[in-house]
Amino acid sequence: MQGIRALMRTAGWLLTVMVLASNAHAENSLDTIIIDRGVDEPIRIAVVPFAIDVNSAANAAALNDLPNPSDIVAFDLARSGQFDPMAKENMLSLPARSSEVFYRDWRILRTAYLVIGRVEALRNDSMRMSFELYDVAGRRQLRAREYLIGVDQWRDAAHQIADIIYAEITGVRGAFSSKIMYVLAQNAGTPDARYRLEIADADGQRARTLFSSPQPILSASWAPDGQRVAYVSFETGRPSIILQDVDGPYREQLTAFRGINGSPVFSPDGRHLAMVLSRDGDPEIFTMNLQTRKLRRITRHRAIDTEPSWSPDGERLIFTSDRGGRPQIYQVELATNFVERLTFVGDYNARARLLPDGQHLVFVHRRDGVFHIAWQDLERDNILVLTQTNLDESPSLSPNGSMLIYATQYQGRGILGVVSIDGRVKYRLPSSVGDVREPAWSPFLQNVVD
Amino acid sequence: MLSSNRLSGLIALLLAAIVIGGCSSTATAPVDQQEPVSEPPVAAAPVEEAEEPSDFADDGITPVDASGRPLSRSFYFGYDTAVLNPADLAALEMHAQILRRNADKSVVIEGHCDERGTREYNLALGERRAEVVKSFLTSAGVRSRQIETVSFGEERPADPGHTESAWALNRRAVLSYR
Repeated sequence: MQGIRALMRTAGWLLTVMVLASNAHAENSLDTIIIDRGVDEPIRIAVVPFAIDVNSAANAAALNDLPNPSDIVAFDLARSGQFDPMAKENMLSLPARSSEVFYRDWRILRTAYLVIGRVEALRNDSMRMSFELYDVAGRRQLRAREYLIGVDQWRDAAHQIADIIYAEITGVRGAFSSKIMYVLAQNAGTPDARYRLEIADADGQRARTLFSSPQPILSASWAPDGQRVAYVSFETGRPSIILQDVDGPYREQLTAFRGINGSPVFSPDGRHLAMVLSRDGDPEIFTMNLQTRKLRRITRHRAIDTEPSWSPDGERLIFTSDRGGRPQIYQVELATNFVERLTFVGDYNARARLLPDGQHLVFVHRRDGVFHIAWQDLERDNILVLTQTNLDESPSLSPNGSMLIYATQYQGRGILGVVSIDGRVKYRLPSSVGDVREPAWSPFLQNVVD
Repeated sequence: MLSSNRLSGLIALLLAAIVIGGCSSTATAPVDQQEPVSEPPVAAAPVEEAEEPSDFADDGITPVDASGRPLSRSFYFGYDTAVLNPADLAALEMHAQILRRNADKSVVIEGHCDERGTREYNLALGERRAEVVKSFLTSAGVRSRQIETVSFGEERPADPGHTESAWALNRRAVLSYR
């Protein structure tokens, strides 16, 4: 990838190839449809279309297929539910530099914040994308930054700008530069079945295939450094746990024991992988030291023990067990193997994940025969149902803990849904080419451009 | 197909049936249809010494009954359960008989679930279903090395639909000979 980028900067004609490639991406990309804009008084912000001055013919052609960075930034902020970006038609002026900013124009429009920016061509087909963030009431510039980018980093730079704006205004780190991983299933249940493990931008764009198989793929999870993933593949006709580079060539079948090899989840320090193996007769939770490949058995119970997940401090695992008769969430202290039940409301609670604070759970909760994603405060035991659709599963948190992505069904199709952790903002990510499921939100990733 | 209501009505009975295994069941089913056959493999015994009819169709892997009809290889389960339906025990006993007689043959038992519930939990539930069939066969005298189990959870539906009837078809264990 890096090599390709370097080449592109020197050879203009290659840019045309890139354009074709990005069109191919667009075909597989997920659509994003906001269905519920939750916050009562979202922050009013104006993201003015960036002034784009690109005189290189190759760049100009490539840019035909790319939205103005302001669209990417505004859409990121809108999806958070905490911002209400102003429509371009309502703007009284379209400044692109600080000398063109007149605060009064924006005060009249009752805009709290203003973002302007521009893109200029440099030599060698590289570009400079810059932005400035203003506090309208305070009449001052809050942030300004510029990035040197190739055309293939256009979206990366725009997402990073959205991250900075979000953090500056809300005080919470932005997660718009993160990625989502999911399984795209086509013709499942037929002889033509095809399963693809995909990674896309958090807004569903630029999807690419990490692994493709006629056999099922499930339970994908990210290493904390975002450079490796683990998942379950049936490529041999039986389940096995695969460890794979996101960008590099490494791919390894980590386990292929008799029975279930499932639910791989990396520990917060990335050194261990929790998993489920039924090699001893029934599904039990294990951890594997990724350095020594040594396995440690954590649970000992004839019931189903599955779906492990780590506490943020790495000292506990939470998991699903039907040892009490019905699936419920339990936790086990790794130092002592002390097991404790965590959920008591309802007769089906499964696939839990802890929030970054370690005090709240999200999980699959069945109520009146319908499967929802629910949130629970561990200290007070109260449950909040976050999603109202059916067959909701696989909740996965954004790295800043503010949103969660999950799998659901819409009009008979498997789609991804995203909901804010307070349940008020919702959007969905359908695919036009198949069923999407098993989402996993990446950790914070290293910035692509700086 | 049995409605899921009727299936769940059977649950108490089913547990008992499992324990009794392939032997005759004395439980009186609250439903109109097939009580488990009392003398399981009646047909097979007399025919056997005659001219050794094959237990398999010409492909060598499709098990057939004494009159050459393919045996049912799919066995269905109630929602969120891994309990055999008493109506299936006679057919499973015929599979056991065939495997006992053909020690060179082996069978893979696949366990499957409907799409409700989480995928990994369903992987475990599908394994339970396959294991229930396996333990029926081994307790009926089949060598355990003739049997492999694999769970596909909800990943390989027989019917990709999202209705009760699709779900009923998907909660199954399937025997494949090799």
